[in-house]
Amino acid sequence: MIGKILGKTYVGIVMLFLYAPIMVLIALSFNASRSRVLWTGFTLKWYTALFHSNAIMKAFGTTMALAFLSAAIASVIGLLAALAIYSMKRRDYKIMLFFTNIPLLNADIVTGIALMLWFVRFLPLGFSSVLMAHITFNIPYVILCILPKLETMDIRQFEAARDLGANSAYAFTRIMIPDLIPGILAGFFMAVTMSMDDFVITYFTKGAGVNTLSTLIYGEIRKGIKPEMYALSSVLFLLVLIILIVVNLLTGSEYKNSERR
Amino acid sequence: MSKKLIELKNISKSFGSTLVLDELNLYIRENEFVTLLGPSGCGKTTILRIIGGFETPDVGSVFFDGEDITKLPPNQRQLNTVFQKYALFSHMTVADNIAFGLRIKKKSSSYIEEKIKYALDLVNLPGYENRMPDSLSGGQQQRIAIARAIVNEPKVLLLDEPLGALDLKLRQEMQYELIRLKNELGITFIYVTHDQEEALTMSDTIVVMNQGYIQQIGTPESIYNEPTNAFVADFIGESNIIDGIMLKDRLVQIGGVSFECVDTGFGINEPVDVVIRPEDVELKDPEGGMTTGTVTSIIFKGVHYEIQVESAIGINFMVQTTQNFPIGCHVGISVIPDNFQIMHKPQSEDEEIMSAEDYSAGNAV
Repeated sequence: MIGKILGKTYVGIVMLFLYAPIMVLIALSFNASRSRVLWTGFTLKWYTALFHSNAIMKAFGTTMALAFLSAAIASVIGLLAALAIYSMKRRDYKIMLFFTNIPLLNADIVTGIALMLWFVRFLPLGFSSVLMAHITFNIPYVILCILPKLETMDIRQFEAARDLGANSAYAFTRIMIPDLIPGILAGFFMAVTMSMDDFVITYFTKGAGVNTLSTLIYGEIRKGIKPEMYALSSVLFLLVLIILIVVNLLTGSEYKNSERR
Repeated sequence: MSKKLIELKNISKSFGSTLVLDELNLYIRENEFVTLLGPSGCGKTTILRIIGGFETPDVGSVFFDGEDITKLPPNQRQLNTVFQKYALFSHMTVADNIAFGLRIKKKSSSYIEEKIKYALDLVNLPGYENRMPDSLSGGQQQRIAIARAIVNEPKVLLLDEPLGALDLKLRQEMQYELIRLKNELGITFIYVTHDQEEALTMSDTIVVMNQGYIQQIGTPESIYNEPTNAFVADFIGESNIIDGIMLKDRLVQIGGVSFECVDTGFGINEPVDVVIRPEDVELKDPEGGMTTGTVTSIIFKGVHYEIQVESAIGINFMVQTTQNFPIGCHVGISVIPDNFQIMHKPQSEDEEIMSAEDYSAGNAV
């Protein structure tokens, strides 16, 4: 009994340390005063200020476009890559997976600078260079979400469809894709959050004039901390949180399915 | 006899550096229940996959009704497969599973509905249209897999160890079901299994395979009673396989003692394998036997006892009998001449194949 209480207290404390700073940030975004120590009343004016700022709305648009576009393109490429890796022999499979994991574990700053050097040589930095950078680091997440689904899939279902008269394209879209959809969606949303989250790589590859929410916040904060930034950060946090919940629901329902089986 | 429906000519297939099939020739007649029988890795599933179109042979051709279909993809072949682990489409209902092939062929919805009902009746699962495969037992899933295949009215049904995942009781039930289906549908069944009992129960013709070579082709009776070599004898039921010397026609020497048999044409003093089925060894009083022995072990198997007898001629016999002989019991052993199966010793692998080919050429289905 005491152990249970101690355990719960411990988890509570961990949660507090993890989330208290974010909670403070969110609380401050509703504070009427500019002060960081004084609560003078509840307000939504910082949020309205967000929507009246051209720079912020533009950055928001860029962030969204970048996130969904890069996630969509990475999902297609990642799906094809996962299929190719899946059909490889054991040894090639392991080697490919190793190379896939490198960008995942590599320090963002290294990836960022490397991509910048590459882009500077071949095209002007701007939206398209950031997009390509985001696609690049998103692909491994998509692959890692789809491969396990492929592993557990019964390839005989594909053969059975072929046997029953389906050509390979029809068998693929009608039989394999429905089985892979949860993996593809999880990969897609994972990529969306990764793209929205990213600061370092975006910072190095964006060039002048393009801003995402995170690079905008960074730029503004250097000039001095304004409460609008608290509001903006809270919005960003909330967006990522919502997508994370969606991903969890997707993979969670899948888990329940496999347990029932 | 009905015509040849499927012919495999000179088929070779390797996976990497492993030769799975080597210059294999085989034909299958219309309306036959043919079983490819052999231990795992003998190439039987590969043959099925080549017929189904899932593998292409490295060398050789596949003919269907006289037409070369070697390069035809699976969806254009007039045959359907029942897969080992059923491979039902897990995100579709039973009805959608069964309708899959018919929808591709753009059949009318009334025709499809009728066919689904007919197929479910045929496999004894009426009213299961809206169930999901997940909610069915192994045996039920197997029946749905069969229903899904037969609604397409294939000329040939390929079955890849379809009963392997079922328990014994269900397996025996499904064997009768399959025989009934085969008779009702009047189509050719090509069945792959490593279970000799399944093969003996259901088949019109059994093809025994080992290491990519056909060992023997024949009816269940002929394969059981007259195996061509020690492998077949050992694989089809249990056997005593004993070294012997063929002294002359109708006389074989085992362990220094001569026995009468019925085989001829082996030359003089030829070393041979002698096969005696355990149920063909008779145990009696020591005086009445052709030789004597001592019981070293006895196991109750339900229908019969399985007894090991150490004989005076230095050979260990396995015996199946309904009589009980306690351990240490001194017994007489005898075998009637008909029950000695004499076969050439394989000198080399090549020779083993030669003899199998001779046999299949002479006794082909």
